[in-house]
Amino acid sequence: MSEFFGNEPWWVVLIKALLIFVVLVVFTLFNIWFERRVVARMQHRVGPNVWGPFGLLQSLADGVKLALKEEIFPKNAHKVVYFLAPVIATVPAFLAWAVIPFGPEVTIPFTDTQTPLQLTDMPVAVLYILAVTSIGVYGIVLGGWASGSTYALLGGVRSSAQMISYEVAMGLSLVTVFIYAGSMSTSEIVAAQAEDGWFALPLLPSFIIYMIAMVGETNRAPFDLPEAEGELVGGFHTEYSSLKFALFFLAEYINMVTVSALATTMFLGGWRAPWGISQIEGANEGYWPVLWFLGKTLLFIFVFIWLRGSLPRMRYDQFMKFGWKVLIPVSLAWIVVVCVMRRLITDGDLDPTMILIVAGVVVAALLVVQFLPERRAPEEPEPSRDAFAGGFPVPPMPGEQPPTTTAVPAGTRGEKED
Amino acid sequence: MTAFWLLAPIMVLAALGVVLARKAVHSALLLAVVMICLAMMYAMQDAPFLFAVQIIVYTGAIMMLFLFVLMLVGVDKTDSLVETIRGQRLVAVGVGVLFGFLLVTVVAQTTVGPVIGLGEANADGNVHGLARLLFNRYVFAFEATSALLITAALGAMVLAHRERLEPKRSQRDLALERMQRYAEHGEHPGNLPTPGVYARHNAVDVPALLPDGSPAESSTSKTLRERGVVREGAFQNDVAVTLRKLEADGSPRERGVIETGRSNGAEEDQ
Repeated sequence: MSEFFGNEPWWVVLIKALLIFVVLVVFTLFNIWFERRVVARMQHRVGPNVWGPFGLLQSLADGVKLALKEEIFPKNAHKVVYFLAPVIATVPAFLAWAVIPFGPEVTIPFTDTQTPLQLTDMPVAVLYILAVTSIGVYGIVLGGWASGSTYALLGGVRSSAQMISYEVAMGLSLVTVFIYAGSMSTSEIVAAQAEDGWFALPLLPSFIIYMIAMVGETNRAPFDLPEAEGELVGGFHTEYSSLKFALFFLAEYINMVTVSALATTMFLGGWRAPWGISQIEGANEGYWPVLWFLGKTLLFIFVFIWLRGSLPRMRYDQFMKFGWKVLIPVSLAWIVVVCVMRRLITDGDLDPTMILIVAGVVVAALLVVQFLPERRAPEEPEPSRDAFAGGFPVPPMPGEQPPTTTAVPAGTRGEKED
Repeated sequence: MTAFWLLAPIMVLAALGVVLARKAVHSALLLAVVMICLAMMYAMQDAPFLFAVQIIVYTGAIMMLFLFVLMLVGVDKTDSLVETIRGQRLVAVGVGVLFGFLLVTVVAQTTVGPVIGLGEANADGNVHGLARLLFNRYVFAFEATSALLITAALGAMVLAHRERLEPKRSQRDLALERMQRYAEHGEHPGNLPTPGVYARHNAVDVPALLPDGSPAESSTSKTLRERGVVREGAFQNDVAVTLRKLEADGSPRERGVIETGRSNGAEEDQ
């Protein structure tokens, strides 16, 4: 950890905090536009393209309109908690960004002051992010409860259960990164990846588990069960309107960026330039790394949008079962494997190249298995079709000869009214 | 020290609020405030790991479970002030005062010197120092505690476990059953009609209208029907009933509530 953290003049800290705030709000506006454009492209539409270049100002206009809408306090709402909930959801979303590294140490323009492009860092920075995001869940639960409506309450309970369960899997997937980096501070994890390469490769299972857990954690499609409009209207924010709704909206989008930025920092080398660009002199110095960092983050956000554009929503029980019975046991087992491997490597009993060779052989074997021709099961003769199986009519399968029309026996017509 | 004097009053007020708040949820929230302040105190005392863990474990997980239970077990009722054990309140006050007396006397007699050995313990960083203690010197105590916790969790699961006596019905079984009912009793196999179709509102308590204008019973929830809160779907009575309801509730001019004087247009905005 650089000695700058915690010892900087107050105006530097203030500027950096303000910049983080501005970047996050602008990034949110951009993301809303980006999501609408990408989803539109995936659905053969155009998306917002009128206001501003490429329609970029559309979300700004929408934001202003949202803020000017009428503010409604439902009759059954608990006033104080109802008012506080969106604030509790939004503030931690911003707080998490205090420890995300945007780049290396730079000189502030027009001064001689050196500063790292990160507000602060601490030995437990990643745990700090997990801690503040767990406070953000309170906003959702309280918003759902304080609305005094059943839909909102159910949505709130659902989303908090979901976020808590997937936070476990997320935390466990990060443990292997801590073991590899030997630290929980974000800047040191980035530095460790400069030496060992991106952790996404050696820790691929962790990376995949993190990617799944981060979608569950942010309540995004296909895991957007708290906002399943077919079942719960709007979920926890059903009763919210105007600025209070806008705050929930903002918190959700910032959380999406937060988990993406965390994924970048933990697995994709943080602000360091990707291989190829990093060979160029000066690619990891000055303000350039901010570009790489934002690019990698945007990549994850594209994945979020891609998932939303292509996958249907999961059923709630399947989703919970997946989290508790698949993700958590797999990550626990993987942690044990990583621990044993690390121990053997540090003791010198195991050669790292040996592991790579074994992993390569396993992957190659799996690939070969994929190309083996499947043995075809003997085809069962199709049972002859009975048009009135068990007394109820069965429609013909595609390409089948429709049965001769018979009158439906009296008394079997669907009379739902009685 | 400034942080202490900033946090301490908040903590004391919130702790008092935990005891004095009428609603259980408010108490739980104030307890969360106390816990977060406590975490900040840890951070201030050079214990960053304890700070993060305090928030993740206590505020993030345990308090959240409390809130869950409170919310699902009817939180709208304020606690009744009837004593279930007679004289309980009096005894509680007496014991509380005695305990406070004890605390004050003990704390008043201690002196706090400068902290010794913190720098040494945190030499390789706070996390490493803690890990060394937990996994070397106190490893048996640590493992015993975790075994205890796992036993407790298993016990809870065993107690809450319910043996399934019949096989679980799959989606296919349910569909077959539905078709069987259709074949035998002529019960419609599809979805029930949604409330509010062809009626004036689409609220859950307004039944859909049949072609002859009579309400379709099956379109409203059974619970609502049994409670007797289902409204008539028919147009003529509806406006009058809504207005009467608003009058009875009082304060019709509150924001977000339909105003009585306005025409029907206002209702559609809701």
